[in-house]
This record gives sequence, C-alpha cells and structure tokens, in this order.
Amino acid sequence: MSDATPQAPRKSSSLLSVDTQTQKRNSAENRFKNYGLIAVMAGLLALVILLTSILNNGLSSFQQSFVTIEVELPEAKLDKSGTRDLTVMSKVTTFGYAPLLTAAMQAVIEENGVEIEGLTKKEIGGFVSKDSAAQLRDFVLANPEVVGTTQSFTFLANGRIDGYYKGRVTAASAELDKNVSPAQLQLADALLDAGVLTNGFNTGFFTKGDASGQRPEAAGLGVAILGSLYMMIVVLCLALPIGVAASIYLEEFAAKNRFTDLIEVNIANLAAVPSIVFGILGLAIFINFAGLPQSAPIVGGLVLTLMTLPTIIIATRASLKSVPPSIRQAALGIGASKMQSVFHHVLPLAAPGILTGTIIGLAQALGETAPLLLIGMVAFVKEFPGAPPEGFFDPASALPVQVFNWTQRSDPAFVERASGAIIVLLVFLILMNAIAVLLRRRFERRW
Amino acid sequence: MPVIWILLIVLALAAVGYVLGRRRAYASAEGEIRKLHSLPAYYGYNAAMLTAVPAFFVIAIWLIAQPILIDARIGALIPDSAISESSTRGLVMSDVRRVAEGLDKLVAAGSLTDEETHNLHIETTDIRELLGSVGTALGSDVAPEVLSAAQDYRVLSGAASLGMTILAFVAAIGGLYYSLKQTNKDFRARNTVESMVLSLLVVASTIAILTTAGIVLSMLFETRNFFSQYNWADFYFGTTWSPSFSGRGGSSQLGLLPLLWGTLYISVIALLVAVPIGLYAAIYLSEYAGPKMRSAAKPLIEILAGIPTIVYGLFALITVGPMLRDYFAQPLGLGESASSVMTAGIVMGVMLIPFVSSLSDDIINAVPQSLRDGSLGLGATKSETIRQVVVPAALPGIVGAVLLAASRAIGETMIVVMGAGAAARLDLNPFEAMTTVTVKIVSQLTGDTDFSSPETLVAFALGLTLFVITLGLNIVALAIVRKYREQYE
Amino acid sequence: MNNMLMSEKKLETTQTKISAKDVNVYYGDTHAIKDVNVEIPEKTVTAFIGPSGCGKSTFLRCINRMNDTIDVCRVTGDILLDAEDIYDKRVDPVQLRAKVGMVFQKPNPFPKSIYDNVAYGPRIHGLAKTKAEIDEIVEKSLRRGAIWDEVKDRLHAPGTGLSGGQQQRLCIARAVATEPEVLLMDEPCSALDPIATAQVEELIDDLRSRYSVVIVTHSMQQAARVSQKTAFFHLGNLVEFGDTSDIFTNPSDSRTESYITGRIG
Repeated sequence: MSDATPQAPRKSSSLLSVDTQTQKRNSAENRFKNYGLIAVMAGLLALVILLTSILNNGLSSFQQSFVTIEVELPEAKLDKSGTRDLTVMSKVTTFGYAPLLTAAMQAVIEENGVEIEGLTKKEIGGFVSKDSAAQLRDFVLANPEVVGTTQSFTFLANGRIDGYYKGRVTAASAELDKNVSPAQLQLADALLDAGVLTNGFNTGFFTKGDASGQRPEAAGLGVAILGSLYMMIVVLCLALPIGVAASIYLEEFAAKNRFTDLIEVNIANLAAVPSIVFGILGLAIFINFAGLPQSAPIVGGLVLTLMTLPTIIIATRASLKSVPPSIRQAALGIGASKMQSVFHHVLPLAAPGILTGTIIGLAQALGETAPLLLIGMVAFVKEFPGAPPEGFFDPASALPVQVFNWTQRSDPAFVERASGAIIVLLVFLILMNAIAVLLRRRFERRW
Repeated sequence: MPVIWILLIVLALAAVGYVLGRRRAYASAEGEIRKLHSLPAYYGYNAAMLTAVPAFFVIAIWLIAQPILIDARIGALIPDSAISESSTRGLVMSDVRRVAEGLDKLVAAGSLTDEETHNLHIETTDIRELLGSVGTALGSDVAPEVLSAAQDYRVLSGAASLGMTILAFVAAIGGLYYSLKQTNKDFRARNTVESMVLSLLVVASTIAILTTAGIVLSMLFETRNFFSQYNWADFYFGTTWSPSFSGRGGSSQLGLLPLLWGTLYISVIALLVAVPIGLYAAIYLSEYAGPKMRSAAKPLIEILAGIPTIVYGLFALITVGPMLRDYFAQPLGLGESASSVMTAGIVMGVMLIPFVSSLSDDIINAVPQSLRDGSLGLGATKSETIRQVVVPAALPGIVGAVLLAASRAIGETMIVVMGAGAAARLDLNPFEAMTTVTVKIVSQLTGDTDFSSPETLVAFALGLTLFVITLGLNIVALAIVRKYREQYE
Repeated sequence: MNNMLMSEKKLETTQTKISAKDVNVYYGDTHAIKDVNVEIPEKTVTAFIGPSGCGKSTFLRCINRMNDTIDVCRVTGDILLDAEDIYDKRVDPVQLRAKVGMVFQKPNPFPKSIYDNVAYGPRIHGLAKTKAEIDEIVEKSLRRGAIWDEVKDRLHAPGTGLSGGQQQRLCIARAVATEPEVLLMDEPCSALDPIATAQVEELIDDLRSRYSVVIVTHSMQQAARVSQKTAFFHLGNLVEFGDTSDIFTNPSDSRTESYITGRIG
C-alpha cells in the first residue's frame, strides 16, 4: 500500500490507497476550504456584533421613566391680572412654572412619607426633566381655565434618573456627577415603590422633536421621521419618472453614438461618486446659486434624487433588458408604433423590476447622511415642518442626520437615543427591502 | 402668485386641453373614429402636452434666470462705499436678500402693508428689531444702502414673479389654442405626440450629464476662488493643516498632505480587512458551499451592504473604538484615543466586505466552467483549480473590484467622521487619531459658512481633489472590468 | 438488454481496462443512464455514439467521476478500473483523474502560456522535481500531442492564442502529460474545422498504442474512422456494443440500424 516509490507515485499503486502526495494535497485543499469558511464566518460575525451592539445600546430608548404628580396651578403666580388674557399670561416664563413643580414634588414626597438625608430643594426640583416646566406652561396657555385648580400631570423624569433604571447611572457614578446625586437616586427608588415613578413605553421618542443637550429625556425623532418622509416623497416624485424616462430612452430608442456613450459612462461613474460630493453640489447649486433655504427637505430631496438616479436607471435598464425582444416584435408586428410597443407592453412587464429597483434606491437614500450634513440638515430643529407643499421648504431634520447630531452631544444618554434612532431607521430599511423582495418573488418572471 | 399655484393651474388647463382636443377630433371626423388619423386620445394628449410643456419650460427657465439677473442688477446698485473692508459684495448681497425676505414675511404676517415697506427708512424705524419680530435675525444693524437695495430687490422680484406668471399663462393658453387649431381628422397626432414624448425622454437622460457638469462646475468655480486667495502649491504640497478660526486672518495653513495621508492609511487598512475576507468568502460561497448554505449566507452578508454608513459610524464610535483603545492601544502604550485610523479602517473594511465579495462573486462566476472542468479533469483539486486557474483568469476583474472598493473607501464620509478623529497629522501609528479629506470637507462646510474665506473655500478644492481621485479610480476600474467581461463573452 | 456475451466473445485476446456493471445515473429526478454494462478493453479506441441527449457524455463523465462536481448527480452500480471500483469510498477522485485523463468538447486551454498549460498537470501531481524534468515532460507531451513542431518556438506564448485545432491538440498534450492510462474524449472535434479534425483523428489513432481511448462522438463517420469498438446509446440505454466493423455493417438491434441509416437521431 505504501510501497510506492516517489518517482512513480501512481503507476504501481492501487486507487484504493491514497498516496502521500495526494494526502498533502488534500490537506492543502481542506486548509483552503477552511480559510473560505472562516472568511464567511468573519463576515457573519461582523454582522452579528454590529447588530447586537446597536440593539444593546438602543433598545432601552424605547422605555422611559415618568413621574406622575399633582401640580397646583395658583392664579397668583400664573395670571396676576385674573383675566385669563393670553398675552398677559404668556409673560410668565418657564422660570415662573419651575417652582410649582418643585412644590408638587415636595408634596408628593411628604405624602408618601419618604425621608432621605441630604436631599436639597434643588435636587427635588431637578428630579423631573427640565422640559417639564415648558410642558406645563404649554398646557396652561392652551387651557387657561385650569389656572387656580390642581391637575395631575405625567412628566418625564430627569435623564439621569431614567439612566439609573437603564443601568447607565449608579450610586457610585452619581457621586461624581454634578447633574445627579445619590440622594436623588434613593428618592427615585422610594417613588418607584410608591408608584409615583413608573417606567413605560416611550411614545415621545416617535412624536417629539429634538431637545437641547441638557434634556436628552425629551429628545424625540418626530421631526426627523417627518423630514425623512418629505425627502423620500421628493425623491420618489422626481427620481422615478426621470429615471424611468432616461432608461426607456437609453434602452429602447437611443442610437449607438457618442452622445449616448457619454451618457452611459456618465451614469456608471455617477453611481460611484462619493456621496459627499453630491452634498457639495447641493450646497453650491441649490442653496448658494438657486437660493433655496438651508435644512429644507426639498434641498435634501433634490440632492438625494441626483444620488439615487443612477441606481434607479441601472435597475430599470436591467429589467427592460430582461423583457424578451419577441414581445416587442409581436407588438410591432400587429402595427403598433415603437412608442406604443414600449409603453403598452414592455414597460408593464418591466414594472415589478423597476419598482424593486426604486425601493432599493429609496432605501439607500433614506440611510444617506453625508450630503445632508453639508446642506444644513444637521442644524438643531425642534419645530415640526408645516404641511406640504410649504412644509418642504421648512427646516427639518432627517433620521440619519439626527443620529449623527445626537452622537455629537456630550451626555451619554444621547448615545442611547442615537442607537434607538438607528433601530428605527433599520426597521424602516428592513420593511422597504422586505417589500422589494416580496415584489420580486411575487412578480418575477423567467422568460 | 406662488409657483405651486401656477403649476396647478397650468395642469388644469392641460386637462381641459385633453378633453377639448379629443372632442374636436371627434367632431372633425363626424363621430366616426375610423376617419381619424390617430386614436382620439392622441389628439387629447397633443393638446395637453402643448399646453403644459412650454409653460413648465418657461417657469423652469425663469426660476433659474431670475435670481441671477436680479442679483446682478441689485449688486450693481450697491456703491463700493457700502462694502466695508472686511466684507465682499457677495456678503452684502446675502444681507440684502435676508432683509428682503424679512420684509416679505412682515407683509405676509400683516404687520406692514406693501406700501409701508417702500417708505421704511433707517432713521425712523429699527429695521433689525422689526425683522427680528418675524424670525429674521440679522447679524448687525441694517445699512441704508442695504435697505434701499432690499426694497429695490423686492420690487424687482415682485415684477419678475408677475412677469413669469403672465408669460407662463400666455404660453399655456397659446399652446392650447395652437393645438386645437391644429386638430382635424388628418392631423398626425400620434406621430406628433410620440416625437414630443421622445424629446422628453432625451431631456430626462441628459440629467445625468447635467449632474456631472453641475458637480464639476460648482467645484471648479469655488476652487478657482480658493486658489486666488491661497497658493495652490501650498495647498497640494503643504504638510500642515491648521485653519485659523478667526476667519480672514491669513494665518491658516491648509496643506492637503496630512489629510491625504490619513485617507490613504485608513483606506489601506480597510482594504486589508475587506479584500481577503470578501474574496475568500466569495470563493467559498461560489465554489464550495452547498445550495442551502449559499442561499442563507449570501443574503446575510449582503445585509452588510444595505446598512447605512451612519450605522457603521456609530458602531465605530461606541463599540469598536473603545474596544481597540482598551484592549490594544492602551496596553501596548500606543495611544489613548478611541477614534483612530485602526477603528475607522476596520469598520470601513467590514462595510466593504459585501462590496468586494459580491463583485468577486460575479467575476468568478464569469470564468467559464470549461476551464474548471479542464483543470479538474487533469486531477487537480478544487483549491488548486481555484488558485492556479480560476483566480488568475479572474485577476483583472478582481483588480477592478479592488479599485472600486478603494474608491469607495476614499470617498467614505460618515465612518471617518465618527471613527477617525479630527486631528490632521502625518504619523505611522495606526492607533492615533487622524483625519481625512472627507472629514475636513464636512467640518469646513457645516455650521456657519462664509463663502469668501479660504477656510470655507478650501472644502471645494478638497472636494474637487476627492472627485478627481475617485473618478480616476472608477474609470480605470470600470474599464478593466468591462474588458474582462468581454474576454469571456 | 445485455450485450456482454457478444463483446466478451470477441475480446478474448485483450485485457479489460474498464468494466461497468449495472450503472445508473440520476440528475435529480431524471434517470439519465439506465443499467449500463460494458467492458472497455485496453489500448483500443472505443467510440460512444448515439443521438444527442442519449447519455453518452454522461456515462463518459462517470468514468473519471467528473459528475461528482454536479450537486444533483447520483451514480449507482460499479465501474471498475483495473478491477478496482472507482466509486469506492477510499478512492480519491483526484488520484483517479490523474489516471483517467479527459479532453473536452470545446478546446479549453488555461489563460497561461503553452508551456504552463502542459506543465500544469505534472506540477500539481508532483511528477517532476526539477525544471529540466518538467521541460522534458512538456516536450514529450507536446510531441505526443503532435503539436511540438508548431509551438516549439513559442512555448511561452499564451495557449489561448493558438488556432482551434492547435488548442485541442494542446489540450490533448496537456492531458497526456500526467501519464494517464485512459483518455476520455468528449466530442473532441465538434468545435473544429475538417482539416483540424483530420489532424486530431490521426493523433487519436497514434494514442491507441499507449492509452485506452474512449471517445464520444456525434459523427458516425468519425466513429468508423478512429475506433475499434463502438457502443450505441439510446435514451439512456446501451443498446449495442461490439466491434466497430460489426456495428456499422451488421447491427443486431433494429434501433442501431435505424440510427446508422439515419432514420432516427
């Protein structure tokens, strides 16, 4: 079996025994195969780590600590005139409302018999979010008749208290933190037992606008989601018709000449131009030259349209190409014009492919960040944009830009918010891609 | 009248045109459809298109030309004396536009009548406060020249809008009238409509060219401005990047080399991660994996390609950066920074894995099966076949794919903004924070930008450099890939 | 149908090289080869003929287990090479293919130089230790492939630059460089012009002195010209197997006769 000499490795040997040379080669084969497997695993592992990291950091942002307290709204403080005249009442700033909150907190602490050593009045007032005073003021101005009564409100707890229940803040870290004290954390535990403090689903995360760096607990994605939606509408309304029209021309009508060659090369290269370059284009042309407003969804939409066009054109051309020529010949054969054969037969058959390509292009545009930074979308936007079409020109944010914005803030609570926003973004992307896959499965045709 | 209303009215006219065109065609054929040259709908389309297209064209041209012409007119009105030492005509013009915009808002809010805006005087009214009340914040008090220019600006743009409205309606109604006059049973409506549609298709396909032209022109123009203020040789060969924050201090050093070094260093690390993993994964999935494994693993890896770069940026910022710092950089004494060349490079490498693997997969699959059979038939093992026959045959294509990946890496922004740091330095230590061309474009162009200072304009020179580099790589790569494909077709 | 008796009768003098017993091949649900039994003698040219889709190429690819590379393909029955079952678990297909070389329908030189094309097999199998030994093998193989004189001056030019007929002879040279005992040829002339075909056919005749050659062909004339034994396949069955002269002049099965006279196919 192994008496084969190296000079004539196989001649004398049986097929049933594997000679040393072949053994060596087979182990090289296995090594190579394992490198491949390791590479695949490395790719998958990277995906898993990436997703776990984001989920780990972000899932908690869907939960939030709330404090429910009874707040007395004394007329003497809020409406000295007693006439409920809004112009007079609006002269009372949030600083006028803050003491009411502190008083209400103190009341609820006493009521529940909580005694904590070293708890100062400032710490009691700081237990609820800094946003609460504004929330209270907005409520009173919207409902002036409540002045003089006592109302029950649910406020956001301070971001540090919220962080305490998410494991971000501990008694030890609170010692070093000037924004929160260990006494406040003890108070939180006591109020949790008393049912004043609750941890619930964070609806505000989806409905509120951005909030300043001091109040991460109040920051929400509402403006960003709406801004992204507006931009996607612009992209869809522009990129789809233009992309389809360009593809039809290039695929069905264009003669092979220098001009069409130029267009083809152009499209192929535009698809690979770095996205930031489109941002520069947007800044120079749409904002500086055309004078469109900064931070507006219309500008973002235009920039993303130019970026998405090559993707849509490439996808559309592929699906036009996949319609067999026999269909066109059949239409031409019964006397249809070329235009009719394209619009009546080829285009409907290519529609599922075009739609799939468009959705994928939109998904790409939804996640794009860099060009939007340059056209001012990174600005702090708290107010919702108006209804379309004027709303397209109002300042807005966008989902990915909001993420970037939050990562630039110092409070670690914003990292949680950013990761949460990423989860929302990824959910949108998964939905869009799922629709694209379903469309493809449902309508895919093999000729 | 707001543009949106003009558009809607024109569309309504077009709809009317469709109905009338159809009806007229029917009438001319005495209700007998066979006598018509084309289907009745085509007569309708003809009327609708002749109504809408010229009007839209007028509006588009007007909207582009109006600001240029008005700016030129008003700009000429501002005396040189009104432009202070530290300012430029462009800056004054933007003040003018701001003030005009604020006056518009005041009129819209009803606090001023149109008449009153013309009679505003710097001596009698605090314009700055007045404008502030409608949310138009101004950096300084309004100069009399600026106010009067703004008043002229409003008058001119008002007149221009009126002109546009009238011209658009004239175009729409004229088109409608002409098309209806044309309509009779012998008119070749289908051919006319089709040639109009065809020209619209051609226009749509030229948008790609216009985009490229827009990119090149906008960057060339501002880059020229930059080089008129800053020596080009200092930019391309300077080894220090330290823009001064004071604005026009003239003390800025804007050398490209440290940025280019950071860009290339990070890209090389990214490719060192992405190319082996991507290539081996593609080989494994196309040559070894069973159909089940392939159909599961391929889409999973491709998910990585669908993830937005901001997600990778966050991943670099909160996970990879701190991990590299705590487990490698600090124990080895190589640095204290979480953002580093290594962080950005590795994360970017992960991002590029699916890019390399799916391109390589296409390219490996394009190698004809007959070559594999030939090798296997000689008794080669699969790995020998792959290494000695398939990969060499696919090499040009793979090189093309790597070049495309390199161009991606060089142009990538978010990962480096969040993972690489902001300090421009020429250093070899991969655990040190460095910065890239794209990071500096973002940092110079976000926030308050002043288009007259070299610190802002340098971003356009950087952008142009980036564009030229990536374009060059793409053209070479696409040419290689195309040639490779042709070889096996 | 068992034609073994007939073939055994006429092959008393030569040894059997390959013997197939009850071979069945399935592609997924398709039954491509049905109960084939055949004994291929040593140092002869055996031709497989039959209409297209009859399974002759499939059966040929079973002999060096090239079908292993197709996922859905399943082979049952035994194929013995020198009385050893090549589908035995212990057999390494790599070693088998070194013994049973293959030449394909379309010439498929690797995108390497002529020299490297021929040296590829000896290198991977470790047949030579020194450059000189490889040089020797390359020259010997190219001579056996009847192409040495045409390429000796440009051994380092790419193999893909040769004409079709030259490429196919290069592929034959490449196959013989690993010193196989059996050469399988899958319609080796179908992509060639008549002159190149004649050259390759002449070469096949020469190769008979050293190797057992099995050739699949769609051309009955070619089978008659180059082979000593012929097997006729039809719809996955081996209909008839015997001396070429017998098959063409005196077929025993009506289907063979129909095919040879051109009524089916």
